[in-house]
Amino acid sequence: MKRQDDFNERRKHLANLSEKELEAKFWELAEKVVDPLVDLSEKNTSPSIERSVLMRMGFSSIESTAIVEGVQDRGLISKGAGHVVYKAAKLNNLDIRKAGERLIDGELWETVVEAFQGGAK
Amino acid sequence: MKLKPNEKLKVENILKDIDKYVPKRRGWHWREGVGESRETGKFEYKDSSENLKNSVPLPSAHYFNDIDPQPKNVITTEIASGRFEDDIRRMRMAAWHGADHLMVIRTAGQSHFDGLIEGTPQGIGGIPITRKQVRAQRRALDIIEEEVGRPINYHSYVSGVAGPEIAVMFAEEGVNGAHQDPQYNVLYRNINMVRSFVDAANAKKILGWAGIAQIDGAHNANATAREAWKVMPELMVQHAINSMFSVKAGIKKENICLSTVPPTAPPAPSMALDLPYAIALREIFKDYKMRAQQNTKYMSSSTREATVTHTLNILISQLTRAEIQSTITPDEGRNVPWHIYNIEGTDTAKQALVGMDALMDMLEIKRDKDPLKSKIRELKERAVLFMEEILETGGYFKAVEEGFFVDSGQYPERNGDGIPRKIEGGVGAGTVFERDEDYMAPVTAFFGYNNIAQYDKGAVENPSKLIDGSTLEKPEKVVFIDELDPEDNVNKRLEESKKYRGDSKFIKPEMEWAGDGIVQTTMFLPVDERTAEFAAIEVGKKMGLKDVEVIHKEVMHPSEGTRVEIKGKVAFDIDKENLVIPPKPEVMSDDQIREEIEKNPMKLVAGTVGEDEHSVGLREIIDIKHGGIEKYGIDCEYLGTSVPVEKLVDAAIELNADAILASTIISHDDIHYKNMKKIHELCIEKGIRDKVMILTGGTQVSNELSEKMGVDAGFGRGTKGVHVATFLVKRRKEMRDES
Repeated sequence: MKRQDDFNERRKHLANLSEKELEAKFWELAEKVVDPLVDLSEKNTSPSIERSVLMRMGFSSIESTAIVEGVQDRGLISKGAGHVVYKAAKLNNLDIRKAGERLIDGELWETVVEAFQGGAK
Repeated sequence: MKLKPNEKLKVENILKDIDKYVPKRRGWHWREGVGESRETGKFEYKDSSENLKNSVPLPSAHYFNDIDPQPKNVITTEIASGRFEDDIRRMRMAAWHGADHLMVIRTAGQSHFDGLIEGTPQGIGGIPITRKQVRAQRRALDIIEEEVGRPINYHSYVSGVAGPEIAVMFAEEGVNGAHQDPQYNVLYRNINMVRSFVDAANAKKILGWAGIAQIDGAHNANATAREAWKVMPELMVQHAINSMFSVKAGIKKENICLSTVPPTAPPAPSMALDLPYAIALREIFKDYKMRAQQNTKYMSSSTREATVTHTLNILISQLTRAEIQSTITPDEGRNVPWHIYNIEGTDTAKQALVGMDALMDMLEIKRDKDPLKSKIRELKERAVLFMEEILETGGYFKAVEEGFFVDSGQYPERNGDGIPRKIEGGVGAGTVFERDEDYMAPVTAFFGYNNIAQYDKGAVENPSKLIDGSTLEKPEKVVFIDELDPEDNVNKRLEESKKYRGDSKFIKPEMEWAGDGIVQTTMFLPVDERTAEFAAIEVGKKMGLKDVEVIHKEVMHPSEGTRVEIKGKVAFDIDKENLVIPPKPEVMSDDQIREEIEKNPMKLVAGTVGEDEHSVGLREIIDIKHGGIEKYGIDCEYLGTSVPVEKLVDAAIELNADAILASTIISHDDIHYKNMKKIHELCIEKGIRDKVMILTGGTQVSNELSEKMGVDAGFGRGTKGVHVATFLVKRRKEMRDES
């Protein structure tokens, strides 16, 4: 879009604001722009977020990548990859690392998929 | 591990047992002792911070007892040659010059790498940020900061499609500062906007937990927009979006730093454009920190010009505020920065800031008078209008789709050349998933919906309780990956450059990497620019340089001549053992010399002998104005130029002088040595040789040959008053002891 500088026209409703009021308006607008983005971020996840969870659970970057791929292949990412490992550990009475290693080896998946009812909401 | 100033840092030691290393601290560090007035040397400083234990002061510091006052601002230098092992040595040099924020640029393309890179592959224009490299550099800085006596902040980037993972790795490895701004991903890296923001909230939460200072990416709009000074309203909007988003994601305002650059540079009237903006920004963002970056947009290959622009940028920092003063190396317009230019950039900041100490105790900004008043107001209003239109259009994503950002018009003017991105487009599109009701992530520093209560209501505040602690509480849980590539790794590179590392007896010039052999040469060629460019390359080749490139040219006059700088590589090295290094001239302290002269006054006669009209060198040795020997109280009788040797000796007798100082510049037919011999013989003839010292000097004088001519000493190029004074005091004592 091309537009001439219509600042003088557009600013009319700001002209009478004090400096303080103008700055308050600036921050109020900033918050309005950002709030939907914050809300979106609270409700969603991504492969990178899930890998970052697994790293914090004690898996290497390579292991985290492998587990998240497995999780995505089985449609379980909306449950959380960390959740999947946690569930696998509980169901099979393993510690977290052992459960993750078994998942990387392609094991334990049936138990988890079943527990999550195939990823149903 | 401890460093000694006279020993090199061995990268091999840093890499030893690196798999077990745990960083000693977390979080950002501001300089200590800011806000106190401080006496350093003979001066009082108002805007300084604590001095360092070990440092290299500014070149002129030797006139001021080698003081090295430290500004209050954290000083940043960006180091990234592609080889982290060589960068570590550069970091040590920079820390000694006063940098305490060492920023590591990432290799080209890392932001599109979906995951972490491991090992130590070589980078291009930066280094691949991997756990091993980060850990090695943080470990090196843990030792370097003890050597200099001030904590050093280590910094890199949390952008791209692996933001959350990089943030976790940074928190685990004790990284102290990071760039994080989803707008940067969207606009400049074409990463999907939804993915960018969702990832960013999570990355920021982790940065917040680790006390990492965050720097945003707004300054890139300056560097990208066609006319950088027109994007000022947009810059405020970009800063606001990232700042507000960061606060909501869990970063404290005091750890959120705005990356702000004075948008213009001379020959634009830069102060008139940059200062109102700087003030407007700092007023709106008064709760946030300023990271003042220097201008790169209008940089040429002239290091001199860059230094002046950057000094003006620092003036803006001092007139307003900048908690972090970043530096751009003056060679950035030529190549990936070299060692010496990181040091120059750092020194420029230190020099300018120290020089402007207490400036604002004397000056006042006319904030409430025009032109500042109306310009500040206008910028703020334009920014407010920008955000109003974002909301009218349907929000941030919609505004990006419509090409609102990086448009070259000054908002609300629009030139239609912004950077539009599609909500379903870009790298990583379609990789964001809604969390189910039973979604769960049993870890610390996690952002957003997390149904921990389904397992343990008592763990809601501390999700990692479910797994008995995450890596953030239990560093022993971190899994370290060493090398993945058997060829592209640090061990191979260290092996290849072994000949030039550590205590090797071989010396090779270097600018970036051990043994790279790069040198630069400056020349003036009395021809036009185009001819000069190609002639300079031939000059370089004939000097024996390989890969000669012109790195800078500047017209002195269209036809009279051109200044050219070239770089090239030398193919040889120097064997230290074959070097003949004369012993360092002895130098007594100024106070010691003064004391000796006060106890026993000294008188001497001086002149340039023979048919020689040169006077500059001798005057520099004598005159108090040039730091010459008069300043120690030595009584000097200067006889002028073209003084016959007989006259010099007669004057010595008449004044009962302790010494004769003879300057001999002309060396044709060894006339300088012949004259020395003549003075020596005349003194014997007149019976005063055992009472008077004969000192000679000149550009072509060697001490060894002078002594052979019978005089007491000869001083060559580079001699200072203090060398001559030291010799006079010592030799007089010897002569008295002899008699």
